[in-house]
Amino acid sequence: MTQNFRIENGGLINKDKKLSFKFNGKSYFGYEGDTLASALLANGVHLVGRSFKYHRPRGFFGAGVDEPYAVVQLYRNGETEPNIKATEQELFEGLEAKSVNCWPSVNFDIGAINNFLRIFLPAGFYYKTFMWPKSFWYRVYEPFIRKAAGLGVASTKHDKERYEHKYEYCDLLIAGSGPSGLASAYAAAKNGAKVILAEDKPRFGGTLLTSDVNIGNQSGKDWSEGIISELKEMPNVIVKNRSQIFGYYDHNMLVMSEKVSDHLPKTKKYHPNKRLWYIRAKEVLISSGSIERPIVFGNNDTPGVMLSSAAKEYLKVYGVLVGKKPLVFTNNDSGYETAIEFKKNGIDPVILDSRKNPSSEIIDEAKNLGINIKLSYVVVAAQGYKKVKSADVASISEDKKKLGKIENIKCDCICVSGFWTPTIHLASQSGNKTKFKEEIDAFVPGQSKQNETTLGAANGIFSLEETLKTSMEAGSELSKKITKTDNKISIPNIVEKKSSQHDKFWCVPLPKGKNYKRFLDFQNDVAVSDIEIALREGYRSIEHVKRYTTLGMATDQGKTSNLNGLQLVSEIENKVVPSVGHTTFRPPYTPVSIGAIVGREVGKHSKPTRKSPMHSWHEKNNAIFVDAGVWLRPRYYKIGNENLFEASKREAKNVRTNVGVCDVTTLGKIDVKGPDAAELLNRVYTNAWLKLPVGKARYGVMLREDGIVMDDGTTTRISENHYHMTTTTAQAANVLSHLEYYLQLVWPELNVNVVSTTEQWAGAAIAGPKSRNVLQKLFPNLDVSNEGLPFMGYAEGDLFGVKARIFRISFSGELAYEINVESDNGNFMWEKIIEVGEEFRIQPYGTEALSTLRIEMGHVAGSELDGRTIPYDNGLEGLVSKKKDFIGKRSLQKKAFVTEDRQRVVGVVPLDKKTSIPEGSHLVKDANAPLPNPKLGHISASCWSVEYDNPFSLAILKDGKNMIGEKLYVMSPLKNKVIPVEIVSSHYVDPKGERVRS
Amino acid sequence: MLYINCPHCGMRSQNEFSYGGDASVIRPLLEKEVSDKEWDDFVYNRKSLRGKHLELWQHIFGCRQWIKVERDTATHEIFRTFKADEEFAK
Repeated sequence: MTQNFRIENGGLINKDKKLSFKFNGKSYFGYEGDTLASALLANGVHLVGRSFKYHRPRGFFGAGVDEPYAVVQLYRNGETEPNIKATEQELFEGLEAKSVNCWPSVNFDIGAINNFLRIFLPAGFYYKTFMWPKSFWYRVYEPFIRKAAGLGVASTKHDKERYEHKYEYCDLLIAGSGPSGLASAYAAAKNGAKVILAEDKPRFGGTLLTSDVNIGNQSGKDWSEGIISELKEMPNVIVKNRSQIFGYYDHNMLVMSEKVSDHLPKTKKYHPNKRLWYIRAKEVLISSGSIERPIVFGNNDTPGVMLSSAAKEYLKVYGVLVGKKPLVFTNNDSGYETAIEFKKNGIDPVILDSRKNPSSEIIDEAKNLGINIKLSYVVVAAQGYKKVKSADVASISEDKKKLGKIENIKCDCICVSGFWTPTIHLASQSGNKTKFKEEIDAFVPGQSKQNETTLGAANGIFSLEETLKTSMEAGSELSKKITKTDNKISIPNIVEKKSSQHDKFWCVPLPKGKNYKRFLDFQNDVAVSDIEIALREGYRSIEHVKRYTTLGMATDQGKTSNLNGLQLVSEIENKVVPSVGHTTFRPPYTPVSIGAIVGREVGKHSKPTRKSPMHSWHEKNNAIFVDAGVWLRPRYYKIGNENLFEASKREAKNVRTNVGVCDVTTLGKIDVKGPDAAELLNRVYTNAWLKLPVGKARYGVMLREDGIVMDDGTTTRISENHYHMTTTTAQAANVLSHLEYYLQLVWPELNVNVVSTTEQWAGAAIAGPKSRNVLQKLFPNLDVSNEGLPFMGYAEGDLFGVKARIFRISFSGELAYEINVESDNGNFMWEKIIEVGEEFRIQPYGTEALSTLRIEMGHVAGSELDGRTIPYDNGLEGLVSKKKDFIGKRSLQKKAFVTEDRQRVVGVVPLDKKTSIPEGSHLVKDANAPLPNPKLGHISASCWSVEYDNPFSLAILKDGKNMIGEKLYVMSPLKNKVIPVEIVSSHYVDPKGERVRS
Repeated sequence: MLYINCPHCGMRSQNEFSYGGDASVIRPLLEKEVSDKEWDDFVYNRKSLRGKHLELWQHIFGCRQWIKVERDTATHEIFRTFKADEEFAK
């Protein structure tokens, strides 16, 4: 098989290495160094996709990041990825890609009927056409549009690829390795600055790879290769290809996506697919170059119409002819350079130049080569459906309003050059106030907001000599300020051909009686007529025009369309372009894989997993775990075929009748030390703390300043100036920050230190009527009697040689103790408890049983302390001191907090004593009241009471205090349940609290 | 991402810090009679300035110190940073 469009000699590809690939199911081959685009073009394939709205056939328009059409779905390594630009995707052995936005195939696309229905699809058609009948939107229109539009399909499978994040700091970050990037990087590197040079393409050099210039007696390409290899050797320089800087954020933070494996058939083991770099740079040099601007004419989206710079790049870099009968349509000298390259390869191009009488060295060279040049000529329309077959051309008057007689020229491609648009995306993202430069009809960066400098073509400088000179100066000056080193380098001798002035001409008028589509935005199918409609309908702001017509949106971000769109608006509005202004450039500059943004923080790694020291024991004993904040806690321990309900009931029952042990390591623990520790606690908690004796614990509630309960827990006075505070598992970090806030900012005079000790202590709660027996066995020498270690007492003991803290506190409402040992001894403690507890029928219990026990005792927890309740709501008003001030106290006087019918926690029992009550259900007075049925409260927590063997719930109920004994209804539309219930005291079991004190 | 000069640790990225709101708010003294308006101003009412703003940040993944940061809320420019107990000139 031969490649009809590949030239014999030339190109930078490796012709010794053939690569086979598939496109739309058909096999082709290309060479190492090809992109998917260049390989397809070498095989004469121009039709790659269908357009977004009209499903018109589309080919290749660019040769890199500017490509608006050739977006394909890629299949690699068993995965599929949408939104891949064929012009950026490097070829590898076995590559498979398919066209998107076409069905059933790119050659025969049913959606193309839209092209003939286009009268119904004008600007804003979403808002107009699909409005009626209303019910059709969800059933008919939306599914149809979803199928018809779009640029590929995201994989629904788990992404097996690995993505990495990297943080880097440097003196100078340089975006783009064209002449300006290389010159500035070289100058800065020579001054010893830490430099990162990033190039989005696989090859360094930018336009030096394709332009006919000479630097220091070498070709541009050879000079760039020399500089790059020298930079690579320098320890202070990082040189990265396949790396796109796509976002410029605050404080000179830029983000770069490096394609590590995309060009390989398969990602190497332990290698990432992509690496996202977060780079903080002292100075940023933007050398992102420029993108050629199209000229607008009829059917300018036909496959075969492409940028003249792209045609030149395909030829010089890939050795590919985009056509054998090329027509070059230009308003400046760049088109001539492309024509000259064709001619040098034995192809006869025709140049149409809109200018009347241009003259320059380049034009002279074209003339000398005998190229057919037609001056004051334009392409009126491309002809051909799936590929350009010919062009309707005509002469044009000097005012560019009148066309001469239309002639038809046979051609197989039309290479367009409408001059150059500096790539100012990064500068604009950084906050740079851009300005319009008349000489080049484009915006360039103006006043910098951050430490950013734009160089070369991106700054509107198109002469190589000036670019190299200014870029070297910038690199040298900026680095000198940082490194205080000034190693002068000399500017090499440069030979380039001088260009003549471009023609301020961008849109070919329609000939009489013709209604060709003239596209501005190729990716989003926005034509001249769409902008005209938007303006006719009253849209004025360019931002509104953009949103109404979709001009400059999506992955393309207006790379090729922006300026022509502005030109049109300014022309119709009779304004100058700078007063129309441009729309905001937003990151990312090009699409970035979601996987790269997420990095390694997927699955198990999306948050840290914390395990208690007893975790492996739980595992060995069939614990089923549940996430509790960042911790894994046993939810229940499965015996035989038990389910959650059966197991938790058994565990809770065993606590009520015998004794259970629960891992409470996850509770937040904070060491509070210092002479003013008691004073701090007294200000933080609602109750009094100044008189708590050493060796005693106290339950406390802390509020936010707005009076809402923040957290609760017990705090124990270990010694004179040392307290051990516990918090709930979820609030541990917030409580520490809260204490630090008051100590550092509000009451710095308090002499107190706080530090988290959550991970230093392992904790076990032993609960149940027989817990004292277990404790005695663990600490034979300790007086564990009710007098020796009373409720809320604290003791220190020796647990088989291990130092232990013993707290007589209870969450279950039973006689209970909590033992803490240093984390390393946690598992030892746990095994000892199980061992000595065996004769008392001890069983471990998980969080589910723990919940049951606390719910039926009416102990409030996270589901009641939900950030919306005050102490009264939780029945905790008895803990609110009237005598002293504390955080949030003043808020409790607020009117809404002292109303008579204030919400309050109550117990709820179903009348049939059988039906379980779903958490989150609403309480209502009348189940049959018309909707919306007034809500009196909600169910905060539900359990199956093991004491009474029936369902029991806690609820936060309006006027809960006076509702005891009332009959209400629980409604759960989600579960489709209506349950008649009785309101009872929240203290369902042992209301007097006798057990904990027994 | 902001780049914040922690007066204790030096230049650090924003993701080491957590935001703590307006630093000019002063908590009324304990045990002091406070009017409803005074209290509401302390708890709820914030100016949401455009421009220079003195705010609190905590270096939560660093020294854990609360610091004061003078920042432009529109441009994100940071002018100065202070220790919690450091006086600042307006």
